Amino acid sequence: MKVNRRHFLAAGLAAATAAVVRPAAASTGDAASAEHVVLATLLDISKCIACGACVEACRETNGHKYPQPQKPFPKMYPSKVKAADWSDKQDVDDRLTPYNWLYIQTATGEYNGEPFELHIPRRCLHCQNPPCANLCPWGAASKDNKGIVSINDEICLGGAKCKDVCPWHIPERQTGVGLYLKLAPGFAGNGVMYKCDRCRDRVALGETPACIEVCPEGVQTIGPRDKILAQARELAKRTGGFIYGDTENGGTNTFYVSPVPFDVLNQAIEKGPGKPHLASVGNPFAKEELLARAVYAAPLVGVMAGVLHLVRGATSEDDHE
Amino acid sequence: MNSLTLVFRLTVFALAFTGFAQMPIFARYYLADVPGFGWTADYYFNHVAHYILAIVLLAILGWRLPRVLRRPAWTAMDVIVGLCWAGIVLTGIIRVMKNQPESYFSPTLVMWIDWLHLGFVMLLGVASLLRSRVRTGAVKS
Repeated sequence: MKVNRRHFLAAGLAAATAAVVRPAAASTGDAASAEHVVLATLLDISKCIACGACVEACRETNGHKYPQPQKPFPKMYPSKVKAADWSDKQDVDDRLTPYNWLYIQTATGEYNGEPFELHIPRRCLHCQNPPCANLCPWGAASKDNKGIVSINDEICLGGAKCKDVCPWHIPERQTGVGLYLKLAPGFAGNGVMYKCDRCRDRVALGETPACIEVCPEGVQTIGPRDKILAQARELAKRTGGFIYGDTENGGTNTFYVSPVPFDVLNQAIEKGPGKPHLASVGNPFAKEELLARAVYAAPLVGVMAGVLHLVRGATSEDDHE
Repeated sequence: MNSLTLVFRLTVFALAFTGFAQMPIFARYYLADVPGFGWTADYYFNHVAHYILAIVLLAILGWRLPRVLRRPAWTAMDVIVGLCWAGIVLTGIIRVMKNQPESYFSPTLVMWIDWLHLGFVMLLGVASLLRSRVRTGAVKS
């Protein structure tokens, strides 16, 4: 009887070990790898002339995804919870809103004694390890196998946590739309969060995001991340430029290359709500990535200790016998 | 109550608290406004705390598992509580895996894992309460 129990526990432990070894491999098997091509974009901001074609193309292409809120909005409790309503300001194009997922920042100043004026298309950077997706408690924000980070407008409750945890505070809320209206509209949620989804429906069809396709200056390039990153590095090396997005927030799928350092640009742009900064951003999940290994190991260590304790107890009983 | 049981209960309470802190409710409902409780609305702090507490919980659950498997008889409530724990642990570990930079899980799977993690916690709370009432009733009778 004792032998059988030990064998059973040992077999269970072995199975548990096999189940958690190299968890990332679960998503990178041969079958999955064919579809698992993470795409990244390179923006050569020295080319941007701020014509706004990308902004218009984004609106035309993604307009069918924009919120159509029901009014009047439900009364919110507590009263300090305010509605966010952009439905009467859909034409605003000088910042990010639920109806404007891409806008152009302009930076003017002086660098190395030379004046500069640069234009920077701003939108979601589609992080490799996106805080919005990792920390969404509701599964509404996620990263897909093309490296696109998107928010499911059918289940988002509009709590705006994604905006709070995003280093650039990119997602924007519209009240009066979404699932919260069917749940507890006064007490939980406040609408839906919106941001660039890099034209995921077009990308799924093998097409190019609208902002890239329409640009008359060829500011943006899209392709497999490794290739685009190499291209960004080569461009920066060739022009003596600087890269933003390769390491920011642990790495993003958007690389800006600029002839002016980004800390200089960050000082030269207007920042604030809907107007993201260009400051350096570290990896917010460095601690979690270390702790993850302990999470995988903890149950195994616990089981092994428990089994050893039982076996030792059984052995001592045998001795007593 | 032995010390391990005390640690287990405190860990479960702290896990539930830091778990609910993942939702944007503590700032909305004034808890974070209470002096000394500002951290309840710090998502990153609570996330790291949830990981550390999960490590403690998983080690204790692992330690207890061999004893639980030796239990001679299982009531229906024991089985339900056990399945809830299994569900919480499994979905929690998958969530940790999902949060690794090189991993990819489909958006639909991510949604279901998040909902199931929350659902199993709610169910465990109800099932544990019911089981304790059944046990108390059995002792009284």
